[in-house]
Amino acid sequence: MKFLQNIGLILFILGLLVFTALPFLGTYQLEPSMVEEHTKEMHQEAMQEILEPMVGKTYSSNFSFIKAYNQHFNTYNEALKEEQAWDQVIWDDYLFPLTKAASSGPVAEAPNLFMALSIGLAVLGGLLYIFPLYRNVPAGIKHDGIYFSAMKARGWLGIITGTYLIGFYVILYWYPEYLANLVIMVDPLSYLLSGNPASQWFLYGLIYTLAILVMGIRMFRKYKGNNYQTIRTVSVMFFQLSFAFLIPEILVLFNMPWHDFKNIWPLDYSFFYEYRIDGMLSSGALGMFMLVWGIILIVIGVPIFTYFYGKRWYCSWVCGCGGLAETLGDPYRQLSDKSLKSWKIERYLVHGVLVFAVLMTAITITNYFMEFSLLGQATDQLHAIYGFAIGSAFAGVIGTGFYPFMGNRVWCRFGCPLAAYLGMVQRFKSRFRITTNGGQCISCGNCSTYCEMGIDVRWYAQRGQNIVRSSCVGCGVCSAVCPRGVLKLENGSEEGRINDMPIIIGNESINVKSS
Amino acid sequence: MIENNIVILGNGISGVTCARHIRKNNPKVPITLVSAETRHFFSRTALMYIYMGHMTYEHTKPYADDFWEKNDISLRFGWVKEIDFGQKQLKFEDGEVLGYQQLVLATGSKPNKFGWPGQDLNGVQGLYSYQDLLNMEENTRDIDHAVLVGGGLIGVEMAEMLASRNIPVTFLVREKGFWDNVLPKKEAALVGRHIREHHVDLKLETALEEIIPDSSGRVKAVKTSNGETINCQFVGLTAGVSPNIEVLKNSELETNRGILVDHQFRTNLPDVFAIGDCAEFKTTPGKGRKHIEQVWYTGRMHGETLAHNLTQKKAVNYTPGIWFNSAKFFDIEYQTYGQVPAEWTEDSWSFYWESESGKVALRFLFDLEDRILGMNAFGWRMRHEFFDRAISEGWKAERVIRQLDKADFNPEFHKNFHQQLLSQYNREKGTSITLPKQSFIQKLIGSRS
Repeated sequence: MKFLQNIGLILFILGLLVFTALPFLGTYQLEPSMVEEHTKEMHQEAMQEILEPMVGKTYSSNFSFIKAYNQHFNTYNEALKEEQAWDQVIWDDYLFPLTKAASSGPVAEAPNLFMALSIGLAVLGGLLYIFPLYRNVPAGIKHDGIYFSAMKARGWLGIITGTYLIGFYVILYWYPEYLANLVIMVDPLSYLLSGNPASQWFLYGLIYTLAILVMGIRMFRKYKGNNYQTIRTVSVMFFQLSFAFLIPEILVLFNMPWHDFKNIWPLDYSFFYEYRIDGMLSSGALGMFMLVWGIILIVIGVPIFTYFYGKRWYCSWVCGCGGLAETLGDPYRQLSDKSLKSWKIERYLVHGVLVFAVLMTAITITNYFMEFSLLGQATDQLHAIYGFAIGSAFAGVIGTGFYPFMGNRVWCRFGCPLAAYLGMVQRFKSRFRITTNGGQCISCGNCSTYCEMGIDVRWYAQRGQNIVRSSCVGCGVCSAVCPRGVLKLENGSEEGRINDMPIIIGNESINVKSS
Repeated sequence: MIENNIVILGNGISGVTCARHIRKNNPKVPITLVSAETRHFFSRTALMYIYMGHMTYEHTKPYADDFWEKNDISLRFGWVKEIDFGQKQLKFEDGEVLGYQQLVLATGSKPNKFGWPGQDLNGVQGLYSYQDLLNMEENTRDIDHAVLVGGGLIGVEMAEMLASRNIPVTFLVREKGFWDNVLPKKEAALVGRHIREHHVDLKLETALEEIIPDSSGRVKAVKTSNGETINCQFVGLTAGVSPNIEVLKNSELETNRGILVDHQFRTNLPDVFAIGDCAEFKTTPGKGRKHIEQVWYTGRMHGETLAHNLTQKKAVNYTPGIWFNSAKFFDIEYQTYGQVPAEWTEDSWSFYWESESGKVALRFLFDLEDRILGMNAFGWRMRHEFFDRAISEGWKAERVIRQLDKADFNPEFHKNFHQQLLSQYNREKGTSITLPKQSFIQKLIGSRS
């Protein structure tokens, strides 16, 4: 078993190395036909002229190709900006599609082979490592050695992993042209699903989904015997694979807009953007359903479900961000900060992002209905700021890249505007709570340590109080790790949900009258 | 000399609970918590998790370090070598002196040593304090075999700790079953099986004869009552604990095994009180209770009660409610409510159910009028409130058995054994109790009514 696991580890690392090396393979040659195919008509002439010096040359790496492109392109644009000829400046980004088109070499020739050697090996290796985990070991808590681990306790492996993830996200969001070969590699799969070539987002979606599936199986092994963990993991795996990955691609195959039916505004912050609304409105009955369904989820779905089950119905059962956090991020859950100070920062930040998202959307919708007489194209600037700061930097780079440093729910805790909305319902109008079992708490701290949301669960439990907190995503791990059976996630009557016990059950010496 | 009102010696659960509740009731009175163990309060029950790598020491602190200053509770880290009850002064090892007007002794326990030959060798230790944990870390480095002596809760914790580091363990238990002075036979057997499932070599009816040193004064083997010699580099002594009152012996303070107190935790000296593990009640605080109560929960209740008496006009007697306790044996959680002795007399009867896996079990004890006296639960979490009420109100057997779903505290979707248990009960007692029906809607929204 150990042998299989070691093989798995080696295969995973090999796959990761191949994946990391692929962008550096091959040569790059630009042809006028590529420029014609990948630029808008209005820019055709200018782009052909700008890139003319590059045509026919062979660039030996993506670095030299991208450098040459930027040089020519920026010289052109900067000159126009100097002259303040704003209407002639090219704002569109053609670098990624042109790099992808210009790339030739082993990956473009045999994409499936390289897919097998990179993502395929990594998945296979991961599974070989995971399947034998805890075999012939009784079901129970598997936390031995976590704080001695170089990976899980901010050791050198964790630092390397975090750095790699952060680097990947920075490149994905702001320098996708360097990933051209990787995107070429997943083109065949993309054609199969949607009939279209892959974008960097397809590549990302594929890796994301595979990470949830493979690490989801790890959850089954780790939490063997805990049905709540198993069922909820099946749920996030299902929603990611179908709703977030397959269905949107298949929609595209049928000329529908790419749409994730389980993503809810304001997490899905572009839901009310002009292009999305227009896309839905021009897609017939299904498009109209997308719009109505989306609004129903916001206005009725969130409050009703959260009233009955708490925000967990979304955050740890359905959501994609939550899905990744609960699977890929599970090894890092103990790294969340439990201090009062971080709770304070959390409340300012998460509600701040919610206010930002609501204001931005309100302005966008108003502008839309006033047919852009209010602010013209200024909302685009607002969208760009939100997309950069919140959508990319916060949710992606920090949200996932910081798993090995600050735990697996950094985005969900400090940034997600939907979590803030769900949290308000959960805190003030819900049947959900974590019940503390009378006086059985021994203050050991396992619950607080393994709370991914940084809730100091023990603070409540040792007072005999139920835990009612807006941030709780209901992952159920506090309950699982409690060695005395003190915590239970429950939906129940609102009466007595928030309880304050001056004297914990079991001591009859003092009652409220005598004190 | 610093002027103080209340000084609490010991910052374990008893002392800290007392300090917290004094502060709750009286925002002004100066309080000093004295300890030589750690600067801040930590959860003793979590020591094992530090060794196992589940948590660090910092995680085991129930309150953040700034909590004490915020609540105006002074902390004094230092070893008290003598108490001058006449002058009302604590004398520290470093020469400093701390005066008090009221003194609360909450000095806890120390591991029992029964005069085994070699019990003070290097590599031989108990596990109670933070220092013990540090020693254990040192003593178990690079060893290939460990022996544990004594079949109680600390022993099974130590076994789990050592197993987490893949150190082979031989576990010597003098009695016929594991912890069988507390657990009835079937439960003791259940725990014993599970300990063995974790590859611990559990040797029942085997006592420690002698611990054998190597030339450097470190343990190299133990000899058992069966005449067997087991090579080992570590011996854990876990045959219970006794009050830690070394410093107080040979003073005016009246002691027996522990510090003798009445039901208001008053010692024989004015303004001196004792709570927690170190206190010994002159008469037991209730039927079926012990003279010395050495569990987390009672320590907490002692603290709550004494804090009340030190701050309120009308002092109350310590009146514990229905007994409860809990533990975890490797992966199997144990809870107990009320009184379930290892053996019961003719004036009560018991119902025992065990799952096919042999890892989930419930035992109920009833009197001859079928009123519930107590219960043991293994691998099945139970609601404290439910049994506190059922036992104090003396619910009848059928009512308890039928309503078990309301007592169930397992996580959602957990395998439910209620029907199985009910069938066995009906078979044995000739009754026909049926499961309470829940509608689909009630199930869907998780209603408990």
